[in-house]
Amino acid sequence: MVDRPSPRYVLDRTMVYGFAVLLALWVLVPFYLIGLAAFSPRDAVFEYPKELVPTDLTAETMAFFVNSRGVIPSVINSLAVAAITIAFALLLGAPAGYALARFRFPGRDGFQLAVLATKMFPISILSIPLAVTFLRLGLYDNLIGVALVHTAMALPFVILVTSGVFVAVSHELEEAAQTLGCTRLGAFRRVALPLALPGLAAAAIFTFVISWNEVFAASILTLRNRTLPAQVLSTLADSPLYYKFAGGFFMVVPAIIFIFFMRKYLLNLWGGK
Amino acid sequence: MAGITIENVTKTFGKATALRDVTLAIREGEFMVLLGPSGCGKTTLLRTVAGLERVDSGRVRIGDRDVTDLPPRDRNIAMVFQSYAVFPHMTVEQNIGFGLRMKRRPKEEIRRRVADGAELLGLVPYLSRYPAQLSGGQRQRVAVARAVVMDAPVLLMDEPLSNLDALLRLQARADLKRLHNEVKRTTIYVTHDQVEAMSMGDRIAVMRDGIIVQVDAPMAIYDRPATQFVGSFIGSPPMNFLQGTLRDGTFSGDGFSFPVQRLPAGAEGRSLLMGVRAEHLALGGGDIPARVVVSEPLGSHALITAMVGKTPLKVQVPIDTELRPDEQIRLGVQPALVRWMDQATGEALS
Repeated sequence: MVDRPSPRYVLDRTMVYGFAVLLALWVLVPFYLIGLAAFSPRDAVFEYPKELVPTDLTAETMAFFVNSRGVIPSVINSLAVAAITIAFALLLGAPAGYALARFRFPGRDGFQLAVLATKMFPISILSIPLAVTFLRLGLYDNLIGVALVHTAMALPFVILVTSGVFVAVSHELEEAAQTLGCTRLGAFRRVALPLALPGLAAAAIFTFVISWNEVFAASILTLRNRTLPAQVLSTLADSPLYYKFAGGFFMVVPAIIFIFFMRKYLLNLWGGK
Repeated sequence: MAGITIENVTKTFGKATALRDVTLAIREGEFMVLLGPSGCGKTTLLRTVAGLERVDSGRVRIGDRDVTDLPPRDRNIAMVFQSYAVFPHMTVEQNIGFGLRMKRRPKEEIRRRVADGAELLGLVPYLSRYPAQLSGGQRQRVAVARAVVMDAPVLLMDEPLSNLDALLRLQARADLKRLHNEVKRTTIYVTHDQVEAMSMGDRIAVMRDGIIVQVDAPMAIYDRPATQFVGSFIGSPPMNFLQGTLRDGTFSGDGFSFPVQRLPAGAEGRSLLMGVRAEHLALGGGDIPARVVVSEPLGSHALITAMVGKTPLKVQVPIDTELRPDEQIRLGVQPALVRWMDQATGEALS
């Protein structure tokens, strides 16, 4: 037979990879420029034409940002809010997703629609009543309050994704586990849960990104306990340009690290180790 | 060891009735096949024995124990699923040992029994592999091994061969039968493939619309189907049926009229179906005139389609028989090999 791949195949692969490279550049170039500015001396931001290859790398600009007042506490706040949000969203969303995947119950379709419908309310309309309610409940300027709002924002996504994840895990696997000595719960824990882990991880990543990036609700509902985006936003008008670049870089990095950490769950096809 | 008794079991899903008052007794060590077209309730019946479906009414007994209200894990059963349901995140070894681990058997015993099970099903070289690295036939054997090592007295199988290709299915069929002879568990085996049912079952329960139509040994069902449905569902080709009326010892209908020697009781004057197998129709010198439509050589024999009036009949003839389309032939039947059925109900006259 033929040793070399057909021209058609080569063309197809070239197109695929060409497109992939284009997509990657689309994301990576602005990234690179932000990173470059963040790690150049403060004055380098104003230089023109720009050096595309870093000549004098320095952590000085980043250090300036990190040491600015309120940044470190707000980072801790952001991480705490994201962690609480992930916990709430998965604890509430995954069982709902499981129920949607496994059971035929009256109102199932309606429920699915209602879940999506919550996405129709803009947070800007809800924010004032929410702030008032939270003030009454003593949740105002409280990280739990922010996490609750973020949970509400992430839930529709988490429910729909996890229901898709559990649909993909054959119900027969859980039944097999039950015939082999597991309780209903045991079958879920030993079979469905491990198999759903990559999907649940994806939902967790997305929840983290939603929470980490969310600025509007966080700004309205907090005063002193700012999350990072809220903190950066509140100081943005009075900040020099290099502070903004450093802040932008700083806000992007945790999301990237998080995705790298979770990536193996996303790409790990069972048995393909 | 234990037999299985199913008493008056009824099961509905919403408005659909899957099982209507089903009663079936399966002997200890017996290989019982549940056979029927899709939607007949055979899988539902198996799942009620497994405990994966709750019955609406009726009882299920395994041995002396009433298991009707017990969850699957307390029923002392093992099951092989149609999709195999092999756990993708566990190696073959972990899969086979899963049930034993759930029952908290000692490590040494688990190792020994997993090794025995793997040996029995030829899985020893694959113990450290993941299911994704196995072929369909190997996955099927993992599912069987996982069930067999449980040493449960009852083995339930839901169409375990239906996802294999034809050649592999022949092999796996023989393997399963050998396995049953070796381990002698009480087995319920669900299939829609009548050849599988005929070749494997000690007895076959033929189901239709949530009812068991006939329970008997394979050859008894083949030779003496209880209804027209059973006759046409079992056997390839299906049983032939001629419509006619029996009067004064003569069976006549569209395009034929011939005397009947052995009259079934109470058949006189009734509208009947005469059921006869393709291999029980003899060519030449008979009473039934027919016209050849097509002849299909099948290697060991040939299958002829011939029209009697407007009814097509399948006739099995020796491979060297030479017949042309439109040729007129005469077919004969042996009275002892004919099955008479009521035309309206399809039920056989005894």
